[in-house]
Amino acid sequence: MKGFYSRKIHSLLGVIPLGAFFIEHMMTNFAAVEGGASGFTDSVIWLNSLPLVFFLELFGIWLPLLYHGVYGLYIAYQSKPNLNRFNIERNWRYTLQRITGIITFVFIIWHLFQTRVQVAVGSVEHEELGGLMHDIVTSPLMLTLYIIGIVAACFHFSNGLWSFLISWGITVGPRSQRVSSYLCLGIFVLVTFMFLISLVTFRDAEFQTAASIAQSIKSFI
Amino acid sequence: MAETATAPKNVKFIITRQDDPQSSSYVEEFELPYRPGMNVISALMEIQRNPVNAKGDSTVPVCWDSNCLEEVCGACSMVINGKPRQACAALIDNLEQPVRIEPMKTFPVVRDLVIDRTRMFNALKRVKAWIPIDGTYDLGPGPRMPEKKRQWAYELSKCMTCGVCLEACPNVNEKTDFIGPAAISQVRLFNAHPTGEMNADERLDALMEDGGIDGCGNSQNCVRACPKGIPLTTSIAEINKQTTKHMFKRWLGV
Repeated sequence: MKGFYSRKIHSLLGVIPLGAFFIEHMMTNFAAVEGGASGFTDSVIWLNSLPLVFFLELFGIWLPLLYHGVYGLYIAYQSKPNLNRFNIERNWRYTLQRITGIITFVFIIWHLFQTRVQVAVGSVEHEELGGLMHDIVTSPLMLTLYIIGIVAACFHFSNGLWSFLISWGITVGPRSQRVSSYLCLGIFVLVTFMFLISLVTFRDAEFQTAASIAQSIKSFI
Repeated sequence: MAETATAPKNVKFIITRQDDPQSSSYVEEFELPYRPGMNVISALMEIQRNPVNAKGDSTVPVCWDSNCLEEVCGACSMVINGKPRQACAALIDNLEQPVRIEPMKTFPVVRDLVIDRTRMFNALKRVKAWIPIDGTYDLGPGPRMPEKKRQWAYELSKCMTCGVCLEACPNVNEKTDFIGPAAISQVRLFNAHPTGEMNADERLDALMEDGGIDGCGNSQNCVRACPKGIPLTTSIAEINKQTTKHMFKRWLGV
């Protein structure tokens, strides 16, 4: 009985709230493309002005992420991939779901350490995050790692959505599962594009100005 | 006069063998004269008749399990050229050579190609894959089954408990206790039956225990591997739906 519920919770948390937050994160980032440095900063400030933001973050992100991540690692550990025998699309996605899960887990820890943890310990303000991202993605190594992490996360999200629909008994027959796989492929392409275009935008010089201003303020203080 | 005699053709077999459940496996090669229409079982029979390996040494005949020889009993499941399937339906003409034959190691190996599929029958018992109609008095006729439903349910009833879907599944292994696709599909079959439906909840409860339906990872190899073409992934998704509904009903107490 335990396994059934823990797996169901894992599946649910992946979409609500984590999937929802993933999309929200994508839109916040995209504000950098639409509104430049000030647009991004406004977006970040709006998000942090939500009521009970601490609890929203705790129950909407931190705890679900911890559960989904740790239980997901256990699921990945339990699998015994057999692509050598069944070199077929669905089996590839099964295997990639586990691999991208692990990549995403590591990437998120690193990304959180670079951004949210720095805010928490007080070395960066929310307003300076655009500049911080600029510093990160101007390094070619970091940019590459971020691209890998983002593509992995986008795949894990989109394919996870596909298997969520099966695990909850929404797409039952082969036709609905085929249609949903095309839809999820579309979501993958769209989400990846949105995240990557925002990532590249952070390389723009206008974010650097914000960063250097923040830097100079800090040194002034 | 037309030339009728052709050069004798040989077929090479690479067989994974194991002397007893505890010992480690080893590989032995055999070379047999080609006969038209030969399949893996007839090749194994030939080795049994003349147990000489490719080196020319006499050896112990290879053990295997088989029964009906027409792909309905499920006994001769083995891994042939990397694919779990029925040996009786594996025609040499359709196989790449050399032909590699291994036991389905997801199950305990008894000897050579003979495996112990007890876990599959235990799984059927666990999920109560039957319709209880016995009573101390005549229960009378049950409800009728619509013809349309009977037609797709018949496809599910073709399952011969051969174990190929378990061998194909990346989530059935020593690290999990996943029951496998076959038993899940049988729950769908018996829950679809108008009389079997009366005990539907018991079967769903069984699949919500540890090692039940939650073990599926949607690799969907099972449906590709099934020798009977049973829509296993549809069954799994349908049981996902039934267990999800059952879960909410249990919570709400309806």
